Amino acid sequence: MDSALSSPASGPAGGHLADMDQTLVKLLVAGPFGVGKTTFIRTLSEIAPLHTEEVMTRGGALVDDLAGLREKSTTTVAIDFGRRTLPGDVVLYLFGAPGQRRFQPLWQDIARGALGALVLVDTRRLDDSFEVMDLVEEAGLRYAVAVNPFPGAPSHSTEKLRDHLDLHPDTPLVHCDAREREQATDALIALVEHVLAHTPERGAHTPPSGEPV
Amino acid sequence: MTGASGRPRPGRRLVPAYLAAYGRAGPARTLDRLSLLHLAATPDGPPRPGATGPATAPAVAPPSAAALRPEERRLLEVLRPGALPLAEAAVHLRLPLSVVRVLVAGLVDAGHLHARPPVPRHLMPEREILEKVLDGLRTLKSC
Repeated sequence: MDSALSSPASGPAGGHLADMDQTLVKLLVAGPFGVGKTTFIRTLSEIAPLHTEEVMTRGGALVDDLAGLREKSTTTVAIDFGRRTLPGDVVLYLFGAPGQRRFQPLWQDIARGALGALVLVDTRRLDDSFEVMDLVEEAGLRYAVAVNPFPGAPSHSTEKLRDHLDLHPDTPLVHCDAREREQATDALIALVEHVLAHTPERGAHTPPSGEPV
Repeated sequence: MTGASGRPRPGRRLVPAYLAAYGRAGPARTLDRLSLLHLAATPDGPPRPGATGPATAPAVAPPSAAALRPEERRLLEVLRPGALPLAEAAVHLRLPLSVVRVLVAGLVDAGHLHARPPVPRHLMPEREILEKVLDGLRTLKSC
């Protein structure tokens, strides 16, 4: 048998989860190719970024059965992800979500159950972000936008950026060097605050967040 | 492990999608990529490898497991040390996620494997999850 499998911690993947009681949550890091999604994930992940292989037909449909692999002309896409264990038995998974329309079938699956999305933007090619934001909105996810500064990229005023990206006044817009842990964390905080602000209270009272483990 | 009340509500989508697969895999497509997989430890099911038993534990898998395909056995092997979400199990196996979904669904139906939804408690309010994530991120930043 493959020896790497007997000691997964030293293999290509991360170690096993500490226990069975953890809450696994998912946030998407979305953006066009080369915008820094994997860098962002690497910055925050406690394990080297992993990737799943996703099989799509050339026609764009997501293959979800074994028979499809043999009978259809397929293409494989790698989806990066990382994980970060947070205090309070929460394991945060960050999934990189590709920004092109042709990945739409994949989006439905990746976005399922996600709490929200961080859309990374490169100011040298702002227009590439429209497709991504459309995909996020179609997936029914709330999102925040983070400008990842690249050398030589034009720096627009926040107002101009919001206007160009046609952002809802509510949608957070932050600047975030994807290589910097603190900035990356701040971007996620802005996103989760935003989602929380738009999540209705359930019932008359909501229990305090510091709940027993 | 009731289920009917956990169906997705119209409108917001966050937690409910997980709940459909609670306790059972059902069709492979209901498995979330973060469905948490762990070996079943039922009395009459396959023994949890390495869990208990005499030192002379048979090297041969039990009859039911012997009928498994190699990749199914590899999956069980990968999960022996502990739980993993489906996506991570797929990385260990170096197989496409869609393939692993099908493997998992079959192994759950056969009683070899449990697949737990990503959020363990059945009706955990969405706000509570978000608050926990937020608290966690703030703590992460300050340390």
